[in-house]
Amino acid sequence: MAPNVVPMDYTKDPDVKLPMQLIINMPELKENPFRERIVESFSEDGEGNLSFNDFVDMFSVLSEMAPRELKAIYAFKIYDFNTDNFICKADLENTLNKLTREELTAEESVLVCEKVIEEADMDGDGKLGFSDFENMISKAPDFLSTFHIRI
Amino acid sequence: MAMEVEEGSAAESEENDKTEENKTDGDDEGDQKPDPVHRVPRKRPQRIRVGLESDSDEEVGKSRKNRANQKSKEEGGEDGEDEEKGGKKGRGKNDKKNDKKGKKEKANKKKKDKKKSGSGSDSDSEEEPITEEELAKLKEEVEEKKKLIATLRNKPWKMKKKLAVLKEAQLFVEKFEGALGKGKGKKFYAYKVMMMKKWLKFQRDFENFKTACIPWEFKIKEIESHFGSSVASYFIFLRWMYGVNMILFGLSFGLVMIPEALMGKPYGTLPRKTVPRAEEANAMNFATLWDFSGFAQYSVLFYGYYDNKRTIGWLKFRMPLSYFLVGVGTIGYSFMVVIRTMAKNAHDDGGGDDTSFNFSWKMFTSWDYLIGNPETADNKFASITTSFKEAIVEEQESRKEENIHLTRFLRVLANFFAFCTLAGSGYLIYFVVRRSQQFALEGMDNLGWWERNEVNMVMSLLGMFCPTLFDVISSLENYHPRIALRWQLGRIFALFLGNLYTFIIALMDDINLKLEEEKIVRYNMTIWEASLYNGTIPENATAPPIQVDPADVPRGPCWETMVGQEFVRLTVSDTVTTYITILIGDFLRAVFVRFFNYCWCWDLEYGFPSYSEFDISGNVLGLIFNQGMIWMGSFYAPCLPAINIFRLHTSMYLQCWAVMCCNVPQERVFKASRSNNFYMAMLLFILFLSTLPVVYTVVSIPPSFDCGPFSGKTRMYEVIGETLEHDFPSWFAKVFGYASNPGLILPFILLMVLGIYYLNATSKSYKEANLELKKKLQMQAEENKKRNKQKAQKTNEMEENPLDPDPPQPKPKKEETSSANQANGEAQKTTNPPQQQGPAPNGRYPSQGRGENLAPPPRVAVTRPPAPRGPDMPGHASGVPRGQPRMPMGPPR
Repeated sequence: MAPNVVPMDYTKDPDVKLPMQLIINMPELKENPFRERIVESFSEDGEGNLSFNDFVDMFSVLSEMAPRELKAIYAFKIYDFNTDNFICKADLENTLNKLTREELTAEESVLVCEKVIEEADMDGDGKLGFSDFENMISKAPDFLSTFHIRI
Repeated sequence: MAMEVEEGSAAESEENDKTEENKTDGDDEGDQKPDPVHRVPRKRPQRIRVGLESDSDEEVGKSRKNRANQKSKEEGGEDGEDEEKGGKKGRGKNDKKNDKKGKKEKANKKKKDKKKSGSGSDSDSEEEPITEEELAKLKEEVEEKKKLIATLRNKPWKMKKKLAVLKEAQLFVEKFEGALGKGKGKKFYAYKVMMMKKWLKFQRDFENFKTACIPWEFKIKEIESHFGSSVASYFIFLRWMYGVNMILFGLSFGLVMIPEALMGKPYGTLPRKTVPRAEEANAMNFATLWDFSGFAQYSVLFYGYYDNKRTIGWLKFRMPLSYFLVGVGTIGYSFMVVIRTMAKNAHDDGGGDDTSFNFSWKMFTSWDYLIGNPETADNKFASITTSFKEAIVEEQESRKEENIHLTRFLRVLANFFAFCTLAGSGYLIYFVVRRSQQFALEGMDNLGWWERNEVNMVMSLLGMFCPTLFDVISSLENYHPRIALRWQLGRIFALFLGNLYTFIIALMDDINLKLEEEKIVRYNMTIWEASLYNGTIPENATAPPIQVDPADVPRGPCWETMVGQEFVRLTVSDTVTTYITILIGDFLRAVFVRFFNYCWCWDLEYGFPSYSEFDISGNVLGLIFNQGMIWMGSFYAPCLPAINIFRLHTSMYLQCWAVMCCNVPQERVFKASRSNNFYMAMLLFILFLSTLPVVYTVVSIPPSFDCGPFSGKTRMYEVIGETLEHDFPSWFAKVFGYASNPGLILPFILLMVLGIYYLNATSKSYKEANLELKKKLQMQAEENKKRNKQKAQKTNEMEENPLDPDPPQPKPKKEETSSANQANGEAQKTTNPPQQQGPAPNGRYPSQGRGENLAPPPRVAVTRPPAPRGPDMPGHASGVPRGQPRMPMGPPR
């Protein structure tokens, strides 16, 4: 991807990281509306710079073989835009805007976000914790079929 | 870019290595122990260990051994760390090689093992055999490690740590597996594992192949993304229908038409296979052929052509029997496939009817991460937006309230109008049919095209315009789109049904006329034959018959062919009308609107004509009734499935094109969630209705005497009895005779009815239980909500409290290295649900596990505050559900 940055010899375990811009322009991620979030949540520093291990990690989680629970953990990370360990309304709106390219009107998106919270929030704190998210996603019929990338 | 490739491949290879290893190990385990027991072996090692420590009897031997183990473990751990520092991939492969080698050479391994243990301990007795208990213990540990390897991928750790743990565990397993003596059938075992892998891969490939074989997937996806799921559901239905017709076509083509064409007597050898002299002049005219008379009538396409010889050709193919069985099989297969699909749909509905997460699922699972094509991505965005809008519309619909009296009045009015339309169309068809009968009595010769095709045309036209009328009427009613669709479907259904049955009744009249005619012809036949033989029949009965050109032989009217022709004509005219409607109503309108918009006084695109919407209900019903005609007609015209296939194929392309280029998405998009089964139910109904006339004609009307495979019999089904008599041993016929005795059949039917009743009752009770459970779950969830609110308050108060650590675990041996320790700790934690349950700070939805504990003890008091973790930490500790091991606090890095 960036031959000048990555050394040919990996035996000494150099501390090389690829910047996010390079990763998200991969053909597998280019069209994904959550590409920045994916890369960020897999990077060790949270900035989106990936070491080789992070990179492998990312595709192992997104591979077909990865189990549902693991995928759910990372999906939660991805949709948690502000990394506060909760999916709050702002995160939901962010997600929605990315999904629809902001084609919904403001009222519509607010309505949708409210509905999501209402449906999935089991503990009544107005945001989705991981247990809420996991509970919801574990019943989703096509989560497994959509949340993977083939390379 | 070059680097990208390299990196990608490297990653892949490593992945592969890992997966392969994991797989083998997983298989290993699967073979040794069935799944449900998994929890037990994890717990055992601890207990044993504890026991060991307290027990002093066997202290000596064990401690020695243990020490040895630990030492070697230490080595292993160091090894692993070393490796981690050095290159990873190379080592990983080496390990694997070692593993393989080890598997093959069991004896060597044992030695090595012993050597190692010997070097680890201070070496007194190398030759001492391993005791039973030690063996058991070792086995447990190996098991444990293996489990770790198998489940390693499921842990949300960073790759580095995974690699380290994996290496360590693998080393361990490799070292001690040989000692377990389960290497007896190593080779065979390896072979088995390999075959298993191959088989799995083949299965996966086959699945992929099957999905790749589904036609028009991309087209439908495209339509789905632009028009929503309801329009796509029509096309999916169309595709399904195409598949069913393929089978029907295969039956009728392969078992009836091809054998008759290849092995039967050729054209012109029999009167029934020859165009009569009177029609010969224009038998090849296009108009005649288009009407499916002339040469088309005297060909394999229709019933009358088939010979009534019991066997044909050198294969001794039982033609009449095959014809009859294909007719029965067509209907039987259709029933089976429709009912099976319905059951499957119902099952799917049952699985997915949990609509409580509608919006959340849309939000979090609708994006397909596989999409890498910009165009597809555009489509996906469009479809996601559409689906959200659908959901919002539905949501708003459910909230809306309006003036109830006005709506009621309007609905009654609308129903009145609809009824008037239905009655009018029924009368029109009745009138036309009567007129056509009059024409038929007067003779067809001096009639124009219109008079001959009046019935078909009127039916097609009615089918074209009445749905539009219903559409206008239904706009009065102001129903929710999905309910409006139901009403619309119901009305059109009634219309088509009326039309179809009027048509059938008319046909029945025709059949009766033909039967009368046949009697006369038969009488004339004998006179004609007599004249042919110059009245010398009795004497010349055995003499070779006088040669007459088969075209000159007088023949009966052959009502079966007539019926087949009618159905074929109806199908063709229906197809043509549909296509013309699409071309004029959609395409020309779209062209007009598009290009005259520049020079018109109002906005055509958004004003009056505008673009047309896709009429789902009309199209679906058209399809269903068309299929009904196929089912009714295919007994008398074996070519009908072929024609239908052609029609469906072309209409797939034409309609896809028309939809994409000249229709606009509905303004009120909505989801067709269950209408699929609704279509299916209608199809089943139509299938039932269309089998009735066929069965009636087969059972109670005598076949024509001089055409078709059953000529000469009094009833068509006699072919079965004939076959039983000639082709089966006599005892079989006897048994069959007894079995078909009403005394046996009636109890059997009674039994079946009872069975149905019983099953129905059980399913009802299950449903009730289900509902009850659902209610309970909901209540529990709400209770949990309340409780959690209280808990949240409590935790706020206790925020300052120090962390309360987990209750001390029975520590594994102290001397164990940190990594081994951690791995063991992992296992322990996963095996101790209550301890794991405690620290989850967020309330857990109780049913979220595999339904093991419906009522968890509310252990609220001691919690760890949900401290946000840094993104570099390997996992979220807060609220990780059970079954998901929590992160150990001291990762070895």
